[in-house]
Amino acid sequence: MSRIDRRFAKLKSEGRTGLIPFVTAGDPSPQHAVPLMHALVDAGADVIELGVPFSDPMADGPVIQHASERAIAKGVGLGDVLGWVAQFRQRDADTPIVLMGYLNPIEIHGYQRFATEAVQAGVDGVLVVDCPLEESAVLEPLRQAGLQQILLAAPTTAPLRMVQLCGSAQGFLYYVSFAGITGAARLSTSDIATRVADIRSKSKAPVAVGFGVRDAQSAKAIAGFADAVVIGSALVERLAGAEGVDDVTARAKDFLAPIRAALDAH
Amino acid sequence: MSKIDFSAYPDEHGRFGNYGGSYVAETLMAPLAELTEAYLRLRQDPDFIAELDRDLKYYVGRPSPVYYAERLSQHVGGARILLKREDLNHTGAHKINNTIGQALVARRMGKPRIIAETGAGQHGVASATVAARFGLKCVVYMGAVDIERQKINVYRMKLLGADVVPVTSGSKTLKDALNEAMRDWVTNVADTFYIIGTVAGPHPYPLMVRDFNAIVGREAREQVQEQFGRLPDVITACVGGGSNAIGLFHAFLNDEGVRIVGAEAAGEGIATGHHAASLAAGRPGVLHGNRTYVLCDDNGQITETHSVSAGLDYPGVGPEHAFLKDAGRAEYVGVTDDEALEAFHLLARTEGILAALESSHAVAQAIKLAREYPKDGLVLCNLSGRGDKDVHTIAAREGVQV
Repeated sequence: MSRIDRRFAKLKSEGRTGLIPFVTAGDPSPQHAVPLMHALVDAGADVIELGVPFSDPMADGPVIQHASERAIAKGVGLGDVLGWVAQFRQRDADTPIVLMGYLNPIEIHGYQRFATEAVQAGVDGVLVVDCPLEESAVLEPLRQAGLQQILLAAPTTAPLRMVQLCGSAQGFLYYVSFAGITGAARLSTSDIATRVADIRSKSKAPVAVGFGVRDAQSAKAIAGFADAVVIGSALVERLAGAEGVDDVTARAKDFLAPIRAALDAH
Repeated sequence: MSKIDFSAYPDEHGRFGNYGGSYVAETLMAPLAELTEAYLRLRQDPDFIAELDRDLKYYVGRPSPVYYAERLSQHVGGARILLKREDLNHTGAHKINNTIGQALVARRMGKPRIIAETGAGQHGVASATVAARFGLKCVVYMGAVDIERQKINVYRMKLLGADVVPVTSGSKTLKDALNEAMRDWVTNVADTFYIIGTVAGPHPYPLMVRDFNAIVGREAREQVQEQFGRLPDVITACVGGGSNAIGLFHAFLNDEGVRIVGAEAAGEGIATGHHAASLAAGRPGVLHGNRTYVLCDDNGQITETHSVSAGLDYPGVGPEHAFLKDAGRAEYVGVTDDEALEAFHLLARTEGILAALESSHAVAQAIKLAREYPKDGLVLCNLSGRGDKDVHTIAAREGVQV
């Protein structure tokens, strides 16, 4: 059983909703990347989504675009991100890590080489935003190496395709709560609830809901029907400009604590 | 090796061999499927084709002539140089062949709002033009740097009723405008049609944009045979994203005797790193929804490009060109800023034609090719656009106050 599967099984047995924070690797500062990951866990993260910076993040809103740009300006590359995961693993053997990003950095790194290095570092899953199911044959070396491919489902996903996605889902299925980019603020909870209920009836994999979750209130609304909540842009925005390791980790904890509490109170 | 039928590409997944495809976020898969379904139906619909042909004839002004540039050819002293005069189209470039086609598709799909990205502003102007022509709302995304470089075109778009939205992310140029247009499309798919300006992007765009520009080569192939009784020896066009080039090349792909050469922007020289020659100096990667040759660093980050012509300043290239390169059917070579400018001046003085800086790269390449062939040889060059828009750039570069 993979680390991700174990974590979701545990959440289920405890009757808790998972909290999945997203941070862009290397933002706000490369030297605090690893302490930040530990701080996320201390604040109640069940899975960490680590964004791999890319110059052309087509599906991301301004907050994550700018975080990517800042990280790239400081020279952050895929190799650094894998190094930080390996360092994180020295102290945390349990929290699953999913790398989220775009295909080109992996393609240029080399699929086989990436697969080997990512598994060695302790990465558990990979969510490649611009690699839909139809194109995911290129990710075969990653799956062979034991990395789980996290798939996205969207409000625009047609019913037949949803069945395919649910059938192919590994780890968890990431439901994009609205047709748009990351960080936008439009959520109709009842629509999402209906869609997520439909997906959960088709998918063996747990369902995490993201895009547009900003705070304790919106997270709590989703906790009623999802297995986990992903929170990205609002956290990245909060971390932007933080200076020094204490500031970075304190901001992460202050931001996540009320969300964790709201999810647990549900 | 068995003969390749180049007209058979792309396959049903939008792949040209190893290139092309649909590398987009899940949210876009449904709108792309809807577009593909609609377009594959329309491209065979006689009513649609007749409607398009009417507009190409009476609105765009097609066919554009093939002109034998006799004084230029004599000056060069080699083969005869023929120019396909896409600069004579309405709005002054080949771009309108595509925008008129896509606007008609948008209308048939019942989408009242169109969006477009633009670099130099030519595709933006061509999109704003057809939006006005068909009564569609139009939003054009343009990098903040390009807006500064191309003020006249920005004003032109506004005169035509379009909203021009500055893009301030990334390098603030064409690639970022494309990202931003894609984000708009993801958010507004219900009422919005995205008119991509080149043969890049996810399937079906490389197919659709090629189809709409392929009229360039179809006309030219007939016109050259009519005037000279045979096919040209070699054809050439400039390649940024590659829409005018694929437009010219496509009708000739299965003509084995016709050599095909694409001219990329070598900027200050490929060795300097300041260029936009994705095919000549890049590597296979994934950008803007398709697998193709891209310019990127070892971390996979797309690098900034340089060319004196904003329309060639793009770090990717249409996937069909990547396929033609690997298949050995077309050659892709670099033409520097200086060579393009020299060709611009030579064409102006010998033929009375101001070519766009983009097209001047093709003219420069045609001049080189003409020297390789005997005097009765035929070099066909796509003069994809007129140079009025570049007069200020050229004056500034040469230290002239206008």
